[in-house]
Amino acid sequence: MLLEIKDLHASIEGKEILKGINLSVNEGEIHAIMGPNGSGKSTLAQVLAGREEYIVTKGEVFFKGKNLLTLAPEDRAREGIFLAFQYPVEIPGVSNTNMLKTAVNEIRKYRGEEEYDAMEFLQMIKSKMKLVELEQALLSRAVNEGYSGGEKKRNEIFQMAVLEPKLAILDETDSGLDIDALRIVANGVNMLKSPDNATILVTHYQRLLNYIVPDFVHVLYKGRIVKSGGKELALELEEKGYDFIKDDSGVLV
Amino acid sequence: MIQTNEINKWYISLFDEFERNLNGGTKSPVHQLRKKAINDFSQLSFPTNKDEEWRFTNISPLLKYKFNPALNAPFIEKEEVDRFRFNGMKCSLMVFVNGFFSEELSEIESIKDKLTIKSISTAIKENNPQIQKHFNKYADSSTQIFTALSTAYIIDGAFIHVPEGIIIEEPIHILFLSSSKDDKILSHPRNLIIAEKNSQVLIIEHYAGLDNSIYFTNAVTEISVGENAVVHHTKIQEESKSSFHIARMETVQERNSCFTSNMISLGGEITRNDFNTRFNGTGGESELNGLFLIDDQQLFDAHTLIDHASPHCNSHELYRGILDGKSRGVFNGKIIVRKDAQKTNAFQENNNIILSNEALVNTKPQLEIFADDVKCSHGATVGQLDNEALFYLKSRGIGEEKSRDILIHAFASDVVRRIKIDKIKDHIENILTEKFNN
Ligand SMILES: Nc1ncnc2c1ncn2[C@@H]1O[C@H](COP(=O)(O)OP(=O)(O)OP(=O)(O)O)[C@@H](O)[C@H]1O
Ligand SMILES: [Mg+2]
Repeated sequence: MLLEIKDLHASIEGKEILKGINLSVNEGEIHAIMGPNGSGKSTLAQVLAGREEYIVTKGEVFFKGKNLLTLAPEDRAREGIFLAFQYPVEIPGVSNTNMLKTAVNEIRKYRGEEEYDAMEFLQMIKSKMKLVELEQALLSRAVNEGYSGGEKKRNEIFQMAVLEPKLAILDETDSGLDIDALRIVANGVNMLKSPDNATILVTHYQRLLNYIVPDFVHVLYKGRIVKSGGKELALELEEKGYDFIKDDSGVLV
Repeated sequence: MIQTNEINKWYISLFDEFERNLNGGTKSPVHQLRKKAINDFSQLSFPTNKDEEWRFTNISPLLKYKFNPALNAPFIEKEEVDRFRFNGMKCSLMVFVNGFFSEELSEIESIKDKLTIKSISTAIKENNPQIQKHFNKYADSSTQIFTALSTAYIIDGAFIHVPEGIIIEEPIHILFLSSSKDDKILSHPRNLIIAEKNSQVLIIEHYAGLDNSIYFTNAVTEISVGENAVVHHTKIQEESKSSFHIARMETVQERNSCFTSNMISLGGEITRNDFNTRFNGTGGESELNGLFLIDDQQLFDAHTLIDHASPHCNSHELYRGILDGKSRGVFNGKIIVRKDAQKTNAFQENNNIILSNEALVNTKPQLEIFADDVKCSHGATVGQLDNEALFYLKSRGIGEEKSRDILIHAFASDVVRRIKIDKIKDHIENILTEKFNN
């Protein structure tokens, strides 16, 4: 098993957001997490990536059999976790290329691999750029600064392509994209899919799932996964909204 | 505890011996200025926190010591100089050790046919007419106690006179090295830079400590930028952390002239920079940029004054501070737009990053606007490293320290990238990297 979340509780500023999450993800699987606004989807994604502001109050998370919660965010990334941010952060003065080159080499060092020199690195990212149809100019610009919404999302997928994670968590990478950009993003995800890695897609829209077919769909509601199913669950949600979930698990309403 | 007036007396008492050591030097007109300045000095008192201009800068640690005037320059190996040169940059070099010009360590022969470049002591001895015209005309010895001290004890510094229409493309690197050992040396570097009409020159005024000793540098630089002339000035301070550095730079700009100042400082125990520039004619451009990085108990104070005394001039100012430990920073940026200075454009910004819980910065923009058709803006921020950005970098596998380093570099780079010459930028990047990787 790649990721195992057991009874995870997490709070921020004294407010409990995650109230007992259980989720298992195997290599080769794609999981979609859906749920109304404010239900805790981003919180779960950020907690997995190691955001310090969230306090885990209960539960366990294992990644490749290791206790994930004791690892620093950078070590989680080096172990193979990647988070595509719902709201990618702008970092003035730091070029995309420099950030990625540093990241790739820090990860390689951690894994005991030889660092890339400038040439090797450039060659490697060139092929990845094609994958998400990223313009050369975006590479030398400051990270996310002044990017359009679509450029920011494509840049997240580009970074994912470069870092080749074992587990990618995409937090609403599809939101706010036109259909062309959505296809590019979906295409990138599908091309990177392999029997050794897994993806968690956080999304509001079943539209994405026409392009990336999930093995499982989960509904997160008020800090708990209240329903899980196959890809047909997404269609049902799209059709009926979240109200039928509430009926299903009445106690939670 | 030594009383402040005892320190005044100490600096006055040194004058007789100083005068005796000047040999024939007492006959020059400058010596009359010296005598007037020591008299002015005796009338003035050292500033305290009660003086508005020194409110946040307590100089009592400086007044604890009876500094001794340097009598001569200690011997320095060429390799020691090389440490502070800009790798691979072609330039002219003037080296001063403890305030004294070193002919052997300097390299100015190749540009001597294009401009006058020499130690100011030589220019004074020769009664150079430019000394008569410009020396002590912009810095004020009668009201500023440290300038009075500088004028009273002037021995040496750089004298650069660029004639009309001459473009000097190779930078001029003026390197002031200090080494005090146990002597608590005081030096008064005094520079005069004159760029005549349509000329251009690039100057690096560089202060460096050869060891971690306690010494006091009291520097004054006067710059005259002639009509349509261009002067790029970079000041770098990488001195002993136990040193004291009080400096004043006074610039006057004639019409259509352009002056840029970039200041990069790692501070000392106490550093105070007063950078003033004045537009004497219309159409002038001025850029003042600064970056200081301090930690432990260091105190760094930047006071700038841009005097828009003429219409149609533009000034652009960006100062940034990075503070760690228990350090203290002060930024006071004054802009005066005089009554007739219509169509003035003045932009000022000061941003500070505090890396520790105990560092502190006082920032004060001061706009005094007496004209009505002007565009002026200013802003000041004090904050910490952006946590969201830090997490983003870490989530990409970049370690905590490296992530902080990246963000600090990025913050600094807005100032560093304004320096025109890549080799100097590289030198500064190296300073930054070294500073934050320890
Ligand atoms: N920094 C914070 N301080 C206080 N409350 C927070 C903070 N961040 C999130 N919350 C709260 O936690 C809850 C869950 O937020 P989260 O962002 O995880 O929801 P989400 O499911 O991702 O929503 P959306 O679909 O809108 O992205 C919300 O009620 C939100 O207001
Ligand atoms: Mg969210």
